[in-house]
Amino acid sequence: MAECVECGADVPLHNDLESGEIIDCATCGVELEVIDVNPPVLDRAPELEEDWGE
Amino acid sequence: MKIGLLYSRIRKDEKLLLAELRDRGHEVTKIDVRKETFDLTDAPATFENLDLVVDRCLATSRSLYATQFCEAYGIPVVNSHETADICADKVKTSLTLAGAGIPTPATKVAFTTKSAMEAIESFGYPCVLKPVVGSWGRLMAKIDSKSAAEAILEHKATLGHYEHKVFYVQEFVDKPGRDIRVLALDGEPVAAMARHDDHWLTNAAKGAETTTFELDSEAESLVEQASDAVGGGLLGVDLMETDSGYTVHEVNHTVEFKALNEAVDLDVPASVVDWLESTVGMEVMA
Ligand SMILES: [Zn+2]
Repeated sequence: MAECVECGADVPLHNDLESGEIIDCATCGVELEVIDVNPPVLDRAPELEEDWGE
Repeated sequence: MKIGLLYSRIRKDEKLLLAELRDRGHEVTKIDVRKETFDLTDAPATFENLDLVVDRCLATSRSLYATQFCEAYGIPVVNSHETADICADKVKTSLTLAGAGIPTPATKVAFTTKSAMEAIESFGYPCVLKPVVGSWGRLMAKIDSKSAAEAILEHKATLGHYEHKVFYVQEFVDKPGRDIRVLALDGEPVAAMARHDDHWLTNAAKGAETTTFELDSEAESLVEQASDAVGGGLLGVDLMETDSGYTVHEVNHTVEFKALNEAVDLDVPASVVDWLESTVGMEVMA
């Protein structure tokens, strides 16, 4: 578990967490980025700035 | 091998790749490109002793520059800068495909709303307007009428970003409710899926239904030609079926494969890593 930086809700985390991964907060819907894995640290994910993906 | 993975977001695709690489005992260095500074001659410390870099940057500019730096440092990178440069830009992709004699949708490029309107009228309705740089089907427009064309062109002219000042107009391909995504490793098709959707944008990221697809020899040959034309590598080649055969409309250089992995029986990340080990690994040894 980690705390959502936006709404403070508990965010469940899976075992194979990777830094750089994006997780949605189920409570407020904000996108969270995994900053650190051990211990888990979350922050607001950066906005999409330009073309992302394929 | 010691493999660096360039990223700024880790998605399911990157997780699958990381898991496969680590399972096989490769030493993986995750490189968050947001934290790096790139010197002209000396590689950042995180790049030291890497045998190979796999570029999974989603942002096009980061992908283009980071691959260029890797090559300048003499570190093999997948995909190459050349491939990324062509695939990231729809105009370059279209020119490359057409230049190689590969069937691709009829396309015109214009720089002003006036000449774009002429291009649209030359195709008639419906036709398609796409941003030259773009993904997941965003900002694509199917234009059904002259009034729609005028409205969209005015919006684009007003929106301002210079990339919206390049108008990429394409014939509308009336495909049979699906298009085909092929994952290819240096032109060798690994797996293919059809994306079905009633909506004209059949994009897995937009929730299109996907099923496995059996390629015939014509499709296989086109995938190989398209891959060769853009410089090879780990690519997603998009095909559409037309009355006169296939047409290649896009080649993706930071290919997503999670949807494909779910649609087919094959272990896609395992095939990708097999290829990295054999093809690229051999170069590293040499
Ligand atoms: Zn929240």
